[in-house]
Formats: sequence, structure tokens, C-alpha cells
Amino acid sequence: MKVLVPVKRVVDFNVKVRVKSDGTGVDLGGVKMSMNPFDEIAVEEAVRLKEKGIATEVVAVSCGVAQCQETLRTALAIGADRAILVETGVDLQPLAVAKLLREIVRKEEPRLVITGKQAIDDDANQTGQMLAALLGWPQAPFASKLELSRDSAQVVREVDVGLETVEIRLPAVVTCDLRLNEPRYATLPNIMKAKKKPLETITPAALGVDPAPRLELLKVEEPGKRKAGVLVKDVSELVLKLRTEAKVI
Amino acid sequence: MSILIIADHDGSKLSGATRCAVSAAARIGGPVDIVVAGHGIETVASQAAAIPGVARVLKADASHLEKPTAEALTALIVALAGDRTHVLFANTSIGKATAPRVAALLDVPQISDVASVVDGDTFVRPIYAGSVLATYRSREKTKVITVRMASFEAAPPEGGNATQGNVTVPPDPGISKVIGQEASKSDRPELTAARVVISGGRGLGSGENYLQLLGPLAGALNAALGASRAAVDAGYVPNDYQVGQTGKIIAPDLYIAIGISGAIQHLAGMKESKVIVAINKDPEAPIFQVADYGLVGDLFQVVPEFTQQIAQPAT
Repeated sequence: MKVLVPVKRVVDFNVKVRVKSDGTGVDLGGVKMSMNPFDEIAVEEAVRLKEKGIATEVVAVSCGVAQCQETLRTALAIGADRAILVETGVDLQPLAVAKLLREIVRKEEPRLVITGKQAIDDDANQTGQMLAALLGWPQAPFASKLELSRDSAQVVREVDVGLETVEIRLPAVVTCDLRLNEPRYATLPNIMKAKKKPLETITPAALGVDPAPRLELLKVEEPGKRKAGVLVKDVSELVLKLRTEAKVI
Repeated sequence: MSILIIADHDGSKLSGATRCAVSAAARIGGPVDIVVAGHGIETVASQAAAIPGVARVLKADASHLEKPTAEALTALIVALAGDRTHVLFANTSIGKATAPRVAALLDVPQISDVASVVDGDTFVRPIYAGSVLATYRSREKTKVITVRMASFEAAPPEGGNATQGNVTVPPDPGISKVIGQEASKSDRPELTAARVVISGGRGLGSGENYLQLLGPLAGALNAALGASRAAVDAGYVPNDYQVGQTGKIIAPDLYIAIGISGAIQHLAGMKESKVIVAINKDPEAPIFQVADYGLVGDLFQVVPEFTQQIAQPAT
């Protein structure tokens, strides 16, 4: 079966982001960008399915600026077979991405879409579910274990009370939680090989999708800082402070 | 304005998260209806009807909703959305799974994890693991929202008297079903609702240490237990203990972080707690930057002593 893996280029998880002084957005100048860590788990899972002989082809897709090619090359280095970039400079919101991906799914006809449960920049946690709904497909968000059979998938999901197992009909959308797998490091030979793998570029217009943002971002700001606390010297002082000063115990 | 809230419940008890959504709805203004979807839901419907500020409780009772899937809930909610101005979900696992499906089928954007309501069109939400707050405005006919529980005080459980009525439930889409659930067993209070939370990190070294050290302390303080991602990944505790950007987001009166360094992804889940205590042997650990009270020390000595002193009545 063919597997499609949408991946997003985001600010690296180690970067402390700063708000632009005019409050119009986050300052991305000179900031290290990486593949969204949850999407990396998705690529790893798809590649493992191929190594097990379950997936026949793994196609990575990204929507955004030309530099998303780097993100796609990372996916190819992990083991995806080919890549598609839906190139646009527009600020993409989840609904627009889901619509772009729907068109890619219509062209590629995968049996399974695997992506990250959320992107660590906007923390929206929407795209996979929206894509599933637009396609009329079932979904298994927050997956920590995936087992495929011919026409269905059994997925263990991380939920508030613990774990839940669902059975979904294929084709379907699965979104990855942290513990689905531990992504491999791309080796140098694989990074070199990835440069030769096919990467196709397409525009939203060619897909017939208007990607314009529907929500208006009015401003961004840094949250108020907690006021500095104190170091206590021992347990007795801590208990005393909690009882008499904070009055929480 | 006309607001629809989707009740979050386990079949017998309405979650506190739903009452947080009612508080968010009150900030938006306008009549509030709650839909309770499930099978055998009279008890939950009565609890929903007792929340002050709720006008109507819509009961959606069907056997296929006993363990509802997002697919089945979406079909129901899209049918009920009509000309509602706002559709609100609590930011729980079922809310997070369902809201985007509803938004996509209504062809409207969703605003996730809303932390404050400016007005009926304008909402503030955290991005970048809570290190930035973004204010968004939506001019759409319907705003689909998930409500960040930790940011809204729950509405009272009693005092209201909403009317109750049944609604027609669309058939099960039949493309997915829940076939198993493994709820973590714990006699401790629920993490997102507890007044006091004790969280452990990799500093505890093992699952046995976690239980031996934190169990008695949690007992003495009637606290819920939580954990950092590192402790969950290492297998000390199950996934539902995780506090952070991609785990649970909580704001208890007292949060005690033990052996947790305090990565930004963890802080995202607890930094709105009223009082934060950190116990860590590394004085440079970032957790101390958000702690009201920090104690640098060996947790294997400090925690048992702490437990013992808590257990003694104040003199």
C-alpha cells in the first residue's frame, strides 16, 4: 500500500523564540528550522512499514516556502521514496493545509496518511483530523501503536485516561504521539542518496485551493513572567513557607 | 450569539472540563446549550442541567455513542451546529479529536486551546509551547473552539435549572470503533482537577523509586501524581501522567516538581499553577526559574523528610 506522510518545517524545538518588537509575529530571522518532531515519528513509522513489506511506497509532502525542500530531503534521508512540495509563501493555517493535502491525496491515492499529532510552532493539533473529515475517512489521532491488516488498522491511542484501542477502516489518517517509535538518525550515505530522489513542486493554484488565512492574527506577545521565587535552605523552611506564607497546605 | 458546548463525560460523570467550557461561554455571552452524547446519559444530563448559565441540555442517546468515536460525534454535532455562532469543546482527548473534524465539515477554521476570550470574535491562545500568546480574530459565521481548561475557573456544579430535551442522532458512520480501553488505575485524585499535584522526573531513576517516594507524599497531601515526558518515556509511569506541551496542561493551587529539570515543553503544562515548588539537586535546573520555592538537594533524602513533616500537624 502507498503511504503519504505530510511533514512541516518548524522552528527547532531547542530554540527559544522571540516576539517581533511590533508584535506582528514571531521573529524567524536566522533561527534554526527543523522537521516537526512529531512528523519525524510519522516518517519513521512509514519507513518501518516499508521495511516490513507492508508499505510499497512512502511519499513525503510538505506545504510552504521553498525551504521546505530541506525538510523533505530529511524525510527522504530517513527513507521516504519521493517527495512533493506544495510551494507557497502564504501563511498557511491548518484548514488550508488540510485542503491542499486532500488534493494531493486525490492525486496519489494512498491507503494511509501518517502525520504528526501537532506542530510544535502553532500547537494547533488540527490538520490530520481535518484532512480525515474532508476525505470522509476515519482517523486515529495520538497513536502510540499501529498494526495494519488488509482493510483496517488497529491503533492504540494515548488518551486522557490512559490508552484506547480503535479499529479503523482503510483508507485512514493516523497522527503520531511521542511514543509510537524513536526516529533513526539519517546516515551520511542516506543523506547523499536523498539528494537524488525525486522531489516534485506544485502550487496551490494548480491544486485548485485558495490557501489564504481565514483567521486574522491581531498580535503576538510574550506572556507575563512569574515573579522570582526564593530558595529555601531545608525541608523545615519549605513546609513553614507553604503553611504560613503560601497557605496552600 | 448562540453557543453549543459538547459535554465531556465518562458515561456517569460530567467532567470538570465541561464546566470550564461553560465559563468560557459566559465570557462570550449569549444562550448556552450543552449536548450530552452517549448511551444511558440521564445522570450526566442532569449534572449538565444543574450548571448555572446553561439554557438547554440536548440529549443524544444512541447505542453507538456508548463509547463515542470522533467520527460519530462529528456527524451529530455538524447536524446540531445549524446557525450557532460558537461550538465549544473542552481541550480533552475527545475534544481535540473531534473539533477539527467538525470545523472542516463546516468549512470554518478552528481556534485551539483558547486561554482567554477578548470578545465573541477575538481569542487568545498560546503557541510555541506557551512561550508566545497569539490573539486571533475570526469573522466566520461559526467559531469552533477548544477551551484550555487550566485557563478558566470551572462554573459551579449546582444552582442552574436548564430544560432537557432529546435530539435525533444520525446513524453511526461505521468506519471506526473503540475496541479497547486501558485506563490507568490510581486511587489518587484526577490530574487535571486536583488542587495539589506532585510530578516526578528522570531524577527519580526508576518506576519503583517514583512510587516509593512520591506515593506517600501524594497520600499526605491528597495530591494527584504527574510526570515529565522523560519519566514517561523511561517507563516509570503511564502516558496519562504526562504534564506538558503535548500532555496535560494543568493549573493546580500547588505544583511540586521533583527531579524535573524543567524543559520549556514541561513548563508549558504547569507554569500557570498558583504555587510552584521545585526539588532538584542541580541548582542550575531551569525549573527553579519558575518555582516560588526551590530546594536544592538530594530528592532521596528530601522527599521522605518532606512527607514526614507534612504528616505532622502544624504546630
